[in-house]
Amino acid sequence: MGEGLLFGEGDFPTRARHALADGQLRANLGAATTTIRERRAAAVGEVADWEELRSAGARIKDGSLAALDEMLVDFEEKFSASGGVVHWARDAQEANAIIVDLLNRSGAAEVVKVKSMTTQEIGLNEALAEAGIVAWETDLAELIVQLSADRPSHFLVPAIHRNRDEIRHIFQDHIPGIGTGLGNDPAELTAAARSYLRDKFLAAEVAISGANFAVAETGTLGVVESEGNGRMCLTLPRMLISVVGVEKVVPRWEDVGTLFQLLPRSSTAERMNPYTSTWSGVTPSDGPSEVHVVLLDNGRTNALADPVGKEALRCIRCSACLNVCPVYERVGGHAYGSVYPGPIGAVITPYLAGVETVASLPFASTLCGACYEVCPVKIDIPSLLVDLRAKHVAEANRKPLRSSEKVVMSALAWVMADAKRWQLVNRLGPLLGKLTRYRWARLAPLIGRWTENREPPVPPAHTLRNWRNNHQGLGEGMRHE
Amino acid sequence: MSEARSEILARIRAARITAPPQAPPVAPPQAPLSVSPQAPPGAPAPVGLVGLFCERVAHYDATVRRVATDSVAENLGSLIVAGSKVVAPRGFPQQWTAGLNALVVDGEELTKRDLDGFATVLSTCAVAVAETGTVILDGGVGQGRRALSLLPDHHVVVVKESQIVAGVDDAVGKLDPRKPLTWISGPSATADIELVRVRGVHGPRRLDVVVVGA
Ligand code: SF4
Repeated sequence: MGEGLLFGEGDFPTRARHALADGQLRANLGAATTTIRERRAAAVGEVADWEELRSAGARIKDGSLAALDEMLVDFEEKFSASGGVVHWARDAQEANAIIVDLLNRSGAAEVVKVKSMTTQEIGLNEALAEAGIVAWETDLAELIVQLSADRPSHFLVPAIHRNRDEIRHIFQDHIPGIGTGLGNDPAELTAAARSYLRDKFLAAEVAISGANFAVAETGTLGVVESEGNGRMCLTLPRMLISVVGVEKVVPRWEDVGTLFQLLPRSSTAERMNPYTSTWSGVTPSDGPSEVHVVLLDNGRTNALADPVGKEALRCIRCSACLNVCPVYERVGGHAYGSVYPGPIGAVITPYLAGVETVASLPFASTLCGACYEVCPVKIDIPSLLVDLRAKHVAEANRKPLRSSEKVVMSALAWVMADAKRWQLVNRLGPLLGKLTRYRWARLAPLIGRWTENREPPVPPAHTLRNWRNNHQGLGEGMRHE
Repeated sequence: MSEARSEILARIRAARITAPPQAPPVAPPQAPLSVSPQAPPGAPAPVGLVGLFCERVAHYDATVRRVATDSVAENLGSLIVAGSKVVAPRGFPQQWTAGLNALVVDGEELTKRDLDGFATVLSTCAVAVAETGTVILDGGVGQGRRALSLLPDHHVVVVKESQIVAGVDDAVGKLDPRKPLTWISGPSATADIELVRVRGVHGPRRLDVVVVGA
């Protein structure tokens, strides 16, 4: 089972209610997701064979997952042959232990980090802090999140929930030497981050990164980014450690061509992101002389063993599904309580961590299907959500504990199984309606949560059945009793 | 062989029994899906690959100019701020740097902090992509180590017309993945604050592309 920071305390409804009450958050999110949705649509619209590209993306990832063991062994062989060192980690704890050990042996007390969902998933920064090692996040948004001791809320724009004034305050409070003179212009704020981190890049002995893909055939890793902090981390330090989920591997070098076309347009809505770096082991006198990769399972083989769930492993973390999701747009990333928010988070988290660990997540969706439409690797997220809901119900049925929903449903099943019982209830309904004068919901604390945000339907004064009985001549042929 | 390694591989093999793959292991090879060059609606159709490349580079807030073979040196000279420190990798064509007195050629003795002290770096590239306006460096002759084209705040890249390919797949086909590759599409940028695009974060804040005939 996956562990680490995959999931947090509490359930989705509680966190969502909290988020919905925050007007500033909703405004920040609404503005940002609307902008990015429009830009993505334009970037994708420019590509004539986008649908074929999506299918190719799905095919590449599925082909790799079908022979994942061979892919990983192949990758290991090639990466090691060119001077890299490959480590394997079953879970978060094991991955963190490997990294802490490498750092202790290197003697480094500080590391610079490139934004990586995987290192967040395993709670690496926390593990490093415990080992007395300081980790500097170098991506602008990650820096904002780290300085304010916050949690990221989006894959791509982790500080999407913050606006410029909030960020200005965070910098003033936490970056040494920044006075009250700092303005709130994004360019000025960015320049402040640049000068703050410059010295850290030049001094860093070790960097930690994730990878957007690993190529089995050639033993190549790649990082896709915008700011150049990735290039700094991948190039300047003496030692580089990359944490890579086992599902990131693709079979052939040529496959990256497809990913390079799908990812930037889906993610930042660009034809191409400013920088993409690839490396295959160590290059003499260019970049780090010691290069490690930690291949991480942490629940991925759980997902792989699930006939439906394994589709989620195709994900290339572009975040397009977050930006189009009506639920994400309103509650934001934190409500999901996982490092993986949004529609994909609602499926990948339970498949990695176990359905019952995060039982409320698959219900955090309207099943509208917008996520599937935009997904560059065609993950059918709505079907996965339905599968997870079914798994949760099956699990709940195994328990003796009776939920109100279950009581109502089994009563209904008993009633509907017999025509006589059904008729009786049909006659009772209108009577009940009259008796309670439209306020029958109050009599039904069982469905109180359901009626909290909805108007309860009032039982009609006449049912179809008694209407028909009163109009004998019309429905003669339809009678079966 | 570690215990973790064999356990993970065993779990993957076991997963094939509970969830048998529908897809053939490894996607069948296919003709590269190169995005056909398409002008945005309303824009005049660019003339050929070079035109498209220039248009797409310019779209990223980089400058781009097409120059004749014999006027490269002159153009490089005009892109460099007078009196600033300029560095170039070994093998960068000498005829292009004729007018630059203060030019330093990179060598092992230059530290990271030395490189950070240069205002401008000159380089060539390995391949360029028209459809996305991308230049790709592979550390070959005239391109230098990765830190060199990263630390100076201003990067001038010389691209030969013959190096420009149509799409991303074409470029992937031409590149050697064993070399460290850097794909550059415009100057470094971020949109992390309210999705407002800001040019220049850690990578060079200014990118100039010089396209030379043939
Ligand atoms: S599920 Fe698809 S759309 Fe969502 S982040 Fe992953 S690849 Fe992107």
